[in-house]
Amino acid sequence: MAEQTPKNPDKHSTYLPTKKTSSKPFHDTPMLDELESGPWPSFVTGLKRLAYDNNMMVDLLGQLEHSYKTRLGYWKGGTVSVFGYGGGIIPRFSEVAEMFPESKEFHTLRVQPPAGNHYTTDMLRQLSNSWNKYGSGLIAFHGQTGNIMFIGTTTEHTQHFFDEINEYGWDLGGAGPCVRTAMSCVGAARCEQSCANEQKIHRLLVNNFIDDMHRPALPYKFKFKVSGCPNDCMNSIQRSDFAVIGTWRDDMKVDQAEVQKYVAEKGRKYIVDSVINKCPTKALSLNDDDTLAVDNRNCVRCMHCLNVMTKALSPGDDKGITLLLGGKRTLKIGDTMGTVIIPFMKLETDEDYEKLQEIAEETIDFWAENALEHERVGETIDRIGLVNFLEGIEIDVDPNMINAPRVSNYVRMDNWDEEANKWKQRKAAN
Amino acid sequence: MSGQAAEKPKFPTETGCPDGFQYMHPAYIKNYGNWKYHDRPRPGVLHHVSHNGDEVWTVRVGTQRQLGPYEINLLCDIIDTYADGYVRFTIRSNLEVSVTDEAKVAPLIQAFTDAGYPVGGTGNSITMISHTQGWLHCDIPGTDASGVVKSLMDELHDEFTNEQMPNRVHITTSCCQINCGGQGDIAINVQHTKPPKINHDLVANVCERPSVVARCPVAAIRPAIVNGKPSLEVDEKKCICCGACFPPCPPMQINDPEHSKLAIWVGGKHSNARSKPMFHKLVAAGIPNNPPRWTEAADIVKNILRVYKDDAQDWERVGDWIDRIGWPRFFELTELPFTKFHIDNWTGARNSLNASTHIRF
Repeated sequence: MAEQTPKNPDKHSTYLPTKKTSSKPFHDTPMLDELESGPWPSFVTGLKRLAYDNNMMVDLLGQLEHSYKTRLGYWKGGTVSVFGYGGGIIPRFSEVAEMFPESKEFHTLRVQPPAGNHYTTDMLRQLSNSWNKYGSGLIAFHGQTGNIMFIGTTTEHTQHFFDEINEYGWDLGGAGPCVRTAMSCVGAARCEQSCANEQKIHRLLVNNFIDDMHRPALPYKFKFKVSGCPNDCMNSIQRSDFAVIGTWRDDMKVDQAEVQKYVAEKGRKYIVDSVINKCPTKALSLNDDDTLAVDNRNCVRCMHCLNVMTKALSPGDDKGITLLLGGKRTLKIGDTMGTVIIPFMKLETDEDYEKLQEIAEETIDFWAENALEHERVGETIDRIGLVNFLEGIEIDVDPNMINAPRVSNYVRMDNWDEEANKWKQRKAAN
Repeated sequence: MSGQAAEKPKFPTETGCPDGFQYMHPAYIKNYGNWKYHDRPRPGVLHHVSHNGDEVWTVRVGTQRQLGPYEINLLCDIIDTYADGYVRFTIRSNLEVSVTDEAKVAPLIQAFTDAGYPVGGTGNSITMISHTQGWLHCDIPGTDASGVVKSLMDELHDEFTNEQMPNRVHITTSCCQINCGGQGDIAINVQHTKPPKINHDLVANVCERPSVVARCPVAAIRPAIVNGKPSLEVDEKKCICCGACFPPCPPMQINDPEHSKLAIWVGGKHSNARSKPMFHKLVAAGIPNNPPRWTEAADIVKNILRVYKDDAQDWERVGDWIDRIGWPRFFELTELPFTKFHIDNWTGARNSLNASTHIRF
């Protein structure tokens, strides 16, 4: 890990200013200093640069070193918001303010990025300038929910900063028991696997619940995430309450000439080991002429072969989305993944998009009405059972929702015929 | 400032999530939904081709996630000088900078490299670690994720800039058991080992006691009068030391410099590729929470990565690989101890038990 002298030391991640304009002397930070060596860009060097002209960051570094030394955190929450909103800010008050008074208030504003996290350099500079004016200057791109995190300012300046960026088109995200900032992959903007219009889905869903985002009044958090294909780069099945994932239902596209080229280049063994045998439903087979046979009825759109042979294989034309509900991490009942609620729906016409919006509204209404305090929708489903939940949001049962039918016979089924008829009627209607 | 108090407060414009197209690279807009395929000419570079023949090259760059005006201007200057003035961030805080002219790729990579920013994180590499905030800003952290990440990425730098792993490796870190860092091929998470220490003088004033009782996953908390004051008490035999009571009730301090340890979990996967999405599973715990470089945790992670790199087949994620070779072999190859704590006893635990004679010898 030998470190080389940078070519342009004043335009390098290790640069430190020669002049100090902050009036407060630096605290000794021997432990943090150790995180300045090594080839990865150092966040500590970044904090130090800010401390050269910012007393708040001088004390912030002091408090952070104190945490490193004592292995404890020293921030407590509180209540801070901007006028008209009830959330979107993470208040932080220091518990060791007598030692580090300049950073006694160090609040974060959560701001919603555009779907897919696209920026012009002009806009990044403008946001950075506004934050430098009213806050510490430190911005995290992005927090785990997907927000731009403007880290570190006083109660008073949260309002001034928000007013300024709100003026040029930026709005706060969610914090607390509310609809949270959503996330989307790069999708149709720069990915051939995308089966959906992530930009449109993302804004349609989240901007429809803007009141539920800014004024937290739900049982707990509710997250939307949009991935354009089953690779699920947004981790939506495990990390969102409402996961919209692009998919297709016709045959995948195969460019057989490209398949043959790929086989010629990589060899048959590689294709068999890395593509054919890795198919989870054994839906692929290599023909004698080095073309690919696909059993599309048994393809589960896992994406593996498309990921390996990007030039030869592509999603089909009949695109739409799969919707899963109820993913979340540990608290309180343990991890849950999303469950399939809509196996496939088209998203083409305005009516299609309205239908998706209605499902989101039904879901949030039912959950808000029936959940316990601090209960995510996945936990509500777990507590009341998927069938009761589906009845609540008026969605019919579908065998795609399960891995396997029930194993236990502890169930009362005296209206079996009625339920069987519902299925027959739905089949007949299709 | 005195004049501002008299100013009428301004009502926010509730614009919500902004329109992404106004900040998007023109080639992305022109070819929106019309991309044909991509390949990777070298690690850190993606090359996308659209159905009408348009091409973009995207350079992926690792960052420290927390950026100040110096870093933002430095990176934006490079993007303005050597690229087209547009940038996006991946979910793992990497920059993606696209150009439509192939000749711009090499100078762009050179400029980022000269500025100390690594180019990589594509394909079968170890990409940037997704992480939480820790001691810098969180109110309940057991450690400092930024420090753990910096320490590890220093050591994994070559794996970021090359594509030498069997498949992509997503590492995550979390500063408490809520696990905001998320699922990962390898996850490094705080694991508390002692029940909360309660400051009974403060509970009545600070905590809404019924909601704290309700937060406990194992019903180990009950209201009590301690020293004549209303407070809460914890049945320490029942307590699983998860820390769920600490956020709603800060006087129930769960963090401990000695007893808040790190645990390592492996085999989590979000993608539906090959296998269905998987949760990560516990492999090692009791690891000291040792700033500033957390070397004990880093050594275990590097060892797991070494074994995975040697033993997994092409395209197997860590979880796919262990599914094939089995957990006994994983513990054998990594030389990690297998303990009673590895056997789950939470809801659904029976599904994780081996009810067969499928045993590898």
